[in-house]
Order: sequence, then structure tokens, then C-alpha cells
Amino acid sequence: MAEKTIAGKSISVNEEGYMTDPSQWDHDVAKELAKEDGIELTDKHFEVLEFLRTVTEKGETLTIRKVGKSGIVDIKGLYGLFPGGPLKISSKVAGIPKPSSCV
Amino acid sequence: MSAKEESPLKKVCIICAKGTIEDVYATLVMANGAVMEGIEAKVFFTFFGLDAITKKQMKRLKTATVGNPAMRAPGGLPFPTVLGMVPFVEMGVSAMMKSQMYKLDIPPVEEFMEMITAGGGELYACKLAMDMFKLEKKDLYEGVIDVLTIGDFYGKCGGDNTQIIFT
Repeated sequence: MAEKTIAGKSISVNEEGYMTDPSQWDHDVAKELAKEDGIELTDKHFEVLEFLRTVTEKGETLTIRKVGKSGIVDIKGLYGLFPGGPLKISSKVAGIPKPSSCV
Repeated sequence: MSAKEESPLKKVCIICAKGTIEDVYATLVMANGAVMEGIEAKVFFTFFGLDAITKKQMKRLKTATVGNPAMRAPGGLPFPTVLGMVPFVEMGVSAMMKSQMYKLDIPPVEEFMEMITAGGGELYACKLAMDMFKLEKKDLYEGVIDVLTIGDFYGKCGGDNTQIIFT
């Protein structure tokens, strides 16, 4: 557990860099987190991030399949938005825990 | 990622040689898991594993109900092999396996392969086994890139931090 200052805000993250308090998240924090992975966030990215947060708030398990069926973006598009980690990097940027599903 | 991980896995080459639900899904879960982690994945289907990419068979994979000591009835009750020989039992067990996986958001075979190829994973068929089973490229799922000899497949498995996995 560590504190990190990002976009002028102090946020708590775990050892892998995932935020531990989703309420500390906002779009500016997301933009900065995305930059760490070399991603410049677009409106499409934010649509995905909001979707991930909504699903997580409901207590459901996240899978890329769910995102693919969300109507926001297909799976190929999701890989395009978050290269090298469609669910992992997006979850990190969305300020939610690391996905616990294998799919 | 821990700081100790200095040399992460870059590529997995998975050989799928069996055609039961669980063998095929083991392959697909590993391949999909790889591309989701940004690891390159190449899958080679051979022998009975070809069922997984044969249009006619890929929707009809089954679990073997005979000779599978780890298989138990719901509630952990024993499942004697002779029961597995009863007509339709295999079908019922296979349907149950599929429904249990579906609940975990594990898709049907074809959709799973779409997910893998969407992430850049590559699917290949074994030439020798294709000849043996009298199959042609047109019999295969469209996502299969090519029919290769094992030598050609090995040619795609080079590079540092590459692993070959046999299921």
C-alpha cells in the first residue's frame, strides 16, 4: 500500500499500482494513470472506463467478453484502446481492482 | 508485477492434440490468457484437437465419461465408469460442463477463438493430422490462418522467453 500524488491529488495504490479507493478516481487521475502506460485517453476510452466501474460497483466479475458485449467497443477494439492488457491496463486506469477472472 | 520479474514471458506456443471439452478449453483459456497479458500466442491443433477447429465438430465437443476417475457427480458423489457408458449420459455431462463454464462467462468454442484472434492470437492446423482425417482447409473454422507441418510451426516458435505447451 502506498500513497501517490497524481494530477494534484493524493491517491492510494497497491504494490501493483492499482488504486485501492475508487472514490479517489476522476478523469484527471485517469488521464495521468493512462500516460504511465503510454495511452492518451479519448472519449471512447472513458466510455469503457465508466462501464468497467459500473460493472465493478455492481459486484460483478469483469471479463473482456462482457466489455465486448457492452455495445461500446468490440474485443478487437478493446485491444486497440488498451494495447498489451485490454482488461488489466483498463482496470488500472479505471481505478478499480486488478481483474480476478481468467477470461 | 513484482520487481523480481526481470525477464517476462513473451510468447506461448500451445499444441492442442485432444478433442474433449476440457482439453480444448485448457488450450483456449491459456491462449486467451496470454494475449490478454500482452503475450504472443500461437496455437497448433493436431490429431483429435482438430475437432476444435473443424466447423462440423467445434460446437459438439464432449467430455469423456468413461475412464475419467476425476469426474464426479454433482455433490461430489462417485460416478462409476459403467454409468458413463449409458446412452445420453455423455451428452448430459457435456451439456452440464458447458453450462457451468457459461456461468463463468467462458464463451462457446467459436466465440472464444474470435476473442483470441481479436487479441492477435494465431491458430494453425496440423497438416499430417489433416491428411489423416481427410480434412481440407475449407472444413476448418475461418479464423485458422494456415495448415502447417510441425516443422513450420516450430519455425514460428523462436525467440527468447518463448514456451511450448502441450495439452
